[in-house]
Amino acid sequence: MGDLNKLGLAEARDALRAGDVTSVELTDACLSAIDGAGALNAFVHHTPEIARTQAAAADARIKAGDAPAMCGLPIGIKDLFCTKGVPSQAGSRILEGFLPQYESTVSQNLFDSGAVMLGKLNMDEFAMGSSNETSVYGNAVNPWKVDSRQLTPGGSSGGSASAVAADLCLAATGTDTGGSIRQPAAFVGITGIKPTYGRCSRWGVVAFASSLDQAGPMTKSVRDAAIMLEAMCSHDPKDSTSADLPVPNFEAMLTGDIKGKKIGIPKEYRMDGMPDEIEALWANGTAMLRDAGAEIVDISLPHTKYALPAYYVIAPAEASSNLARYDGVRYGHRARLDQGDGITEMYEKTRAEGFGAEVQRRVMIGTYVLSAGFYDAYYNRARRVRTLIKKDFEDVFAQGIDAILTPATPSAAFGLGEASDDPVEMYLNDVFTVTVNMAGLPGIAVPAGQDAQGLPLGLQLIGRPWEEGDLLNTAYALEARAGFVAKPEKWW
Amino acid sequence: MLDLTYETPKIKTIAGAKHDWELVIGMEVHAQISSNAKLFSGASTTFGAEPNSNVAFVDAAMPGMLPVINEFCVEQAVRTGLGLKAAINLTSAFDRKNYFYPDLPQGYQISQLYHPIVGEGEVLVEMGPGPDLGKKRLVRIERIHMEQDAGKSIHDMDPNMSFVDLNRTGVALMEIVSRPDIRGPEEAAAYITKLRQILRYLGTCDGNMQNGNLRADVNVSICLPGQYEKYQETQDFSHLGTRCEIKNMNSMRFIQQAIEVEARRQIAIVEGGGEVDQETRLYDPDKGETRSMRSKEEAHDYRYFPDPDLLPLEIEQGWVDDIAASLPELPDAKKARFMADFGLTDYDASVLTAEVDTAAYFEAVAAGRDGKATANWVINELFGRLKKDDRDITESPVSPAQLGGIVDLIAKGDISGKIAKDLFEIIYTDGGDPAEVVEARGMKQVTDTGAIEAAVDEIIAANPAQVEKARENPKLAGWFVGQVMKATGGKANPKAVNEIVAGKLGL
Repeated sequence: MGDLNKLGLAEARDALRAGDVTSVELTDACLSAIDGAGALNAFVHHTPEIARTQAAAADARIKAGDAPAMCGLPIGIKDLFCTKGVPSQAGSRILEGFLPQYESTVSQNLFDSGAVMLGKLNMDEFAMGSSNETSVYGNAVNPWKVDSRQLTPGGSSGGSASAVAADLCLAATGTDTGGSIRQPAAFVGITGIKPTYGRCSRWGVVAFASSLDQAGPMTKSVRDAAIMLEAMCSHDPKDSTSADLPVPNFEAMLTGDIKGKKIGIPKEYRMDGMPDEIEALWANGTAMLRDAGAEIVDISLPHTKYALPAYYVIAPAEASSNLARYDGVRYGHRARLDQGDGITEMYEKTRAEGFGAEVQRRVMIGTYVLSAGFYDAYYNRARRVRTLIKKDFEDVFAQGIDAILTPATPSAAFGLGEASDDPVEMYLNDVFTVTVNMAGLPGIAVPAGQDAQGLPLGLQLIGRPWEEGDLLNTAYALEARAGFVAKPEKWW
Repeated sequence: MLDLTYETPKIKTIAGAKHDWELVIGMEVHAQISSNAKLFSGASTTFGAEPNSNVAFVDAAMPGMLPVINEFCVEQAVRTGLGLKAAINLTSAFDRKNYFYPDLPQGYQISQLYHPIVGEGEVLVEMGPGPDLGKKRLVRIERIHMEQDAGKSIHDMDPNMSFVDLNRTGVALMEIVSRPDIRGPEEAAAYITKLRQILRYLGTCDGNMQNGNLRADVNVSICLPGQYEKYQETQDFSHLGTRCEIKNMNSMRFIQQAIEVEARRQIAIVEGGGEVDQETRLYDPDKGETRSMRSKEEAHDYRYFPDPDLLPLEIEQGWVDDIAASLPELPDAKKARFMADFGLTDYDASVLTAEVDTAAYFEAVAAGRDGKATANWVINELFGRLKKDDRDITESPVSPAQLGGIVDLIAKGDISGKIAKDLFEIIYTDGGDPAEVVEARGMKQVTDTGAIEAAVDEIIAANPAQVEKARENPKLAGWFVGQVMKATGGKANPKAVNEIVAGKLGL
C-alpha cells in the first residue's frame, strides 16, 4: 500500500487487522511525512524512538490477536498534554525544559488503547489564540494555500489541524476551551469534536480555563472521531469534574439514519455582515440534513450575543489564577536575576520573559475582572450570563431538539498576520463556538464545503449533554451528504 | 448536662489617662486537621520528615495536576462542627485565594470563603485558676472552613538564597472563626484552652501549638464601657473600636501578652486624639510590642473566586447523623458526670477531664472505688510524680489497676496513707502487684493491739521523765506516738497507737 500516512484511523485499523500493513510501516510513513513537512511547523517535538517502540509493541499485540481500538495507529499529541519524559511546554517559553514525570490521563488512555505517539504538536501559547500565532515555536501553517499567501491553520490546536490535514499523522488530539478544536478543524477541512465537559479527564492537561477546557480528537472523518473519542474518554477519579458515566461504543452508533431527528437552526447565529459563502454553506447543510430525513426547526437562543464577552471574562479570570503557578520557582524558565533582586523581581522578570503578549494580556484581564470592586460587575455578571446561556440550550432541548446546526467559523482560514494586530477581531473567531463551552455541551465541526478560493468551510453541530453518540451519528449523515473530499495540494 | 446559669468573668478593663477601656477580642484559630493524608493529595502529613519528601505532584503545582478532596478531612471538619454544636452545611464550596509566595506553589490557596462547611456554633469557655476560677463565657463561633496550609520558606540557611520546604503545603487546616465575644487576655487563653480540649477530645486536631498545629490570628479592639453591650444588642460593629489583627500566634503566653500590649497601644492612640488604623500586625515577644505587617491599603486583593477544579461539596444528612452518633463524650458533659457520679469538686473534675486520657485513667481507677480518694491519688500523687519525670499520662508506669490496688489497701486499713506513698513509689519504680508487694515487704499495718501495747509499754518504761511531762501537758502524747511508729517501722495503725498511748498515760 502506498501513502500509508494518508489513511484515516478506520481504514488503517482494518488494514492492520487484515495483516495488509504493519504499525511500523504506518509509523515510518508518517515519520517521513513529518520530516518533509518542516515548513508547516506542525510537530514541535519529535518522538520517533517512542513511536517505533510503540509501533513494534502494537504489531506484536495485533499478531497476538489482542488489538484494542487504537492499536498501532500513529497520532500526534497537542503540546498541552503532559507526556511523561517528553517536552510538554503548552507552546510557552515559561515551560522551557519542563519534562513531566507523569502521563496525562487522555494520552495514557490512548496508549493503553495501542496508539503510537509521533510527537508533540504546535499550538497557541497556553491554548490562547485562534491562529497559532502566539506559540513560542512560531506559528504552524495551514496546508491549504491561496496562491502564495500562507494561511493560519486556526488555533489553538493549529498544529494538530495542520498535521492531520497534511497527512503527517492519522489523527491528533486537540483541546477546546472556546473553539480550539472546532475552529482549526474547520479551517483545514477535517473533523473535530469537543465532547461534553467532563467526558475527557483534564488530569495532566495544562490548564487554561478549568471550567471550559475539554480534550477531543481531530480526525480525517466522523468515523475516526468516534473511534478516537471513545479511546480518550474515561471516568477519572483524579479529576473531580470528570463524569462517572459509562463510555458508549460511539462507532457502533454511526448508522447514518437521522430520520425524524429535530435539528434546530438558531436565528441568533445569523450575524450581521456574515459572508454570503457562510450563509450559503449553512443553508446547504440545513438542506442536507432535511434530505436525510431530519425535521428542521427554527429556534432561538436569546442570550447568544452575550456569550463572547462573558467568555472573555470567565476564561481569562480562571487563566489568571491557573497560570500563577508559573513563577520560576520549581520548574520551567527562570529569568536571570541582577544583584539585589528579590522574589518580586524574580516573579516579574520570569513571567515577563516567559509569557508572550497574548497570555500577558489575558492574565491582566483576568486579574482585573477578579479584583475587589470589579468582581461583581464582571466575573459574577459573566457567570450569570453563563447560566442564562446554558438555560437557552436546556430550553430548546426540552422542546425536543436533538441537535443544533450552525456555521463553525465566521470565515474561511485567514492569512497569517492578518488578524494578529487586533485582539478583538481575533476573539470574534470564537463567536459560534464559545457558547458550547459555556454550556458544557458537545460540539462537532464537520467539513461541508469550500469558499470561492477553494478553502474548506465547516459546519458545527451541537448536541445534548452526554449524547456524543447521537451527535456523531448526525455528523456522519451530514458528512455523507456533504461529500467533502478535497485535499490541499502539497507545496511544503 | 450543661449548666445554663453560670457566672461570667469580670470584664477586664485597662485604665487609660482619661477613661477605663474595655477589650473586645475575636479569634481565627487555624487547627491542623488530624489526617494521614493532605486535604487534596495522598501525600503524608508526618511532621519532621526530610524536606520536600511529603510532596505529591499536585502539592508542587505541577502543570495539569488537579486537587481531589480527602473525604476523611471533610468528616473531621464535620465532627468538629458537631462538637462545637454548630450548623453543618450540607453544601459547601471551595474558593481560590490568590497571592504569590514561593511556599504557595499554586499561586493560590484553596479555601472556603463564600460557602464554609460549618456555620454558627458555640464554645462555653471556663476560666482557670485565678479570681474568676470556674466562671464561664459563651463564645459564639461564626464559621469553620477547610483550607490548605502553605509550605515553609527558609531564609537563613544561605546568604544569597532562600529555600522552600513543601512538606506542609496542602496539609488540611480548619479555620475556626469566633465572634468578638472574648473580653480579656485571660479569656483569650481560656478560649484557646477550651477549644483545644474539645478538638483533642474529638480527635480532629492534636492541638500541638509548638509544631504550629494550632495557631491563632487575634483581632483586638478597645471600647468604652457600655459600648460592647450596644454591639451585642444590635450586632453593629460601629459601636466597637477599629480592630487590628495580630497574626500567627502559637503560644498561650504570647497571645495574652500581645493582646495586652496591643490594647495599650490602641488606648494611647485614641486618648492622644488619633485613630487606630485597621491593619495586620505581628507580635515581637523580645521587644514586647506589636508591629505593623501591612495596612488596610496594602492588604492583598486575594481575588477570591470559586475553584473551577472542584465541584461544590455535597454531603448527606445521614452521613452527618452517623458522625454525630459516633461523637465521644465531650468535656462539659464528662465533667458534669464526674461531679455527679463521683462527688468530685468542680476543680478536681476540671483537672481530671482536661485530657481524654486523664479522664479515662481516672475512670478506670475510680470504678467501684471512692471517687474522691481516687481523685486525690490521681491528681496529687500520680500527676505530681509524672510531672517530675516529664511524662504523659499515657506513659505512666503505674497502671490504673495498680493504682486501684493501692487505693484498696488504704480503704481496707492494710496500709496507712504514709506507707501508701512509699508503696506508690515502689510500684512506680519497680512495678508489681501492690497487695503482693505489701505482703512480701512486710508493709502491712500492725493492728494487733498486743504488739502495739508491748511497744508502748517499752517506751513508757524507758522514758519516765517524758511520761511526767505528758501527764501535765497531754499535747506531748504525740511524742510517744512518734516513738511507737518509729519502733514499728511506721506500720502500726496510727489510730490504734493514739488510743493505746492515751490509755497507758491515763490521759
